[in-house]
Amino acid sequence: MTSLLASLQENRDAILKDWTQQLRTTLQRRDLLNVGELESQAAEMLAAILQVGPATKLEEFGAPAWRPVKDLVASLSASRAALGFTPSETALFVLSLKPAIFTQIRGKWGNDGDRLFSEISAADGFLDKLALHTTDSYIHGRDQLIARQQEDMLELSTPVVTLWDGIVALPLIGTLDSARTQVVMESLLQAIVQTSSRYAIIDITGVPTVDTLVAQHLLKTITAARLMGAECILSGIRPQIAQTIVHLGINLQDIVTKAKLADAFRMALEASGRKVVRAERSAPADSAQRAL
Amino acid sequence: MIGAGIVLKSETVPIQTSGDVVLVRQRVRACAVEHRFTIVEQTKIVTAASELARNTLEHGLGGSVDLEVLKDGGRLGIRLRFQDRGPGIANIALALTDGYSSGKGLGLGLGGSKRLVHEFEIESSPSAGATVTVVRWK
Ligand SMILES: Nc1ncnc2c1ncn2[C@@H]1O[C@H](COP(=O)(O)OP(=O)(O)OP(=O)(O)O)[C@@H](O)[C@H]1O
Ligand SMILES: [Mg+2]
Repeated sequence: MTSLLASLQENRDAILKDWTQQLRTTLQRRDLLNVGELESQAAEMLAAILQVGPATKLEEFGAPAWRPVKDLVASLSASRAALGFTPSETALFVLSLKPAIFTQIRGKWGNDGDRLFSEISAADGFLDKLALHTTDSYIHGRDQLIARQQEDMLELSTPVVTLWDGIVALPLIGTLDSARTQVVMESLLQAIVQTSSRYAIIDITGVPTVDTLVAQHLLKTITAARLMGAECILSGIRPQIAQTIVHLGINLQDIVTKAKLADAFRMALEASGRKVVRAERSAPADSAQRAL
Repeated sequence: MIGAGIVLKSETVPIQTSGDVVLVRQRVRACAVEHRFTIVEQTKIVTAASELARNTLEHGLGGSVDLEVLKDGGRLGIRLRFQDRGPGIANIALALTDGYSSGKGLGLGLGGSKRLVHEFEIESSPSAGATVTVVRWK
């Protein structure tokens, strides 16, 4: 009894032709992927499916032999997510293989009703599962993309800024217990060295939760900065954060803190021998006129 | 179990990665905001949740939290039940001691979160892991 896969193998060229024909009509996103690329992906996919060998059953989607096909689908999916395809568009890529395969099945077993039905349902079930797999991998690919973008954003949103000669500031924004915390803190230490700064202001106004892990990161950074000859000033501790810090029992006694970044800046300026004075303002023109 | 009254709402959040700890904080904050806890109350329950979720992940090797809204007569509360199947907490008094950490932490998370809530309970056994339940009333 010839298996479906064996018969597909014999007619692979015809199938590929049918499939790419189908893809050209169903897939509208020429803007994201050109037809040439699409066809080469189809060819690669078909080759992977046929490569598993006739001994493998379509019904056993969990079988190890299908692994390479699933992996290929997963990587296709991930790259498509990055290009901006929607999950259904990616699933459609796989589903559009159905007509080509059904045509083959009909051609071979068209006069054997039972066989026709069982082969079609096997192929149908297989392609559905494969399409679902593209969706799963798509979501996974998307998650990774989002995670990466978030990391990038966190990196961008926490730049070390030089406020004044010898004074740097690190306005922290967002969640701090990601892998980036370490990087962010290190970039502050690096900036201290590069700019030979004596004062570093760490502003936590944009940090929603300060727990023991965040506190530990802050304390470590402040200690390291001290070893490098820079004094850290912690600013932006909101009232609710101050209360939770006290309840947690975190000891910030040895650390200079200020409510606002501006206060910390003023303090650093004064400590480095500069004085902040309000500029003498002449009376505004209109009030001067009214006085006349 | 600690807490009283009827359960108005309940959801379970898995804790398997550090990303899940972020999610736990977000869910707890959303819940506290929805039920009009003040900003100080929100921050307290969210911070306690952050500590306990990280303990579940790091010491309990992963688990989950049940987040429930309680209504007891006229008062409203949030109950969080962190469960893991890790080694359990052999010496609860020691674990609660400020400054004690079996790892490299500050050792303030467990005792600190107890001070951030109104009710606090630890159940533990070496075979079943640890369960830490907290309630904060509005
Ligand atoms: N779910 C748990 N399962 C097993 N052991 C736990 C669990 N939670 C806490 N512990 C034990 O209790 C100790 C104290 O916990 P605590 O949260 O106070 O400190 P920590 O996690 O070590 O540091 P941090 O101050 O960063 O939270 C831990 O070091 C750990 O040994
Ligand atoms: Mg802890």
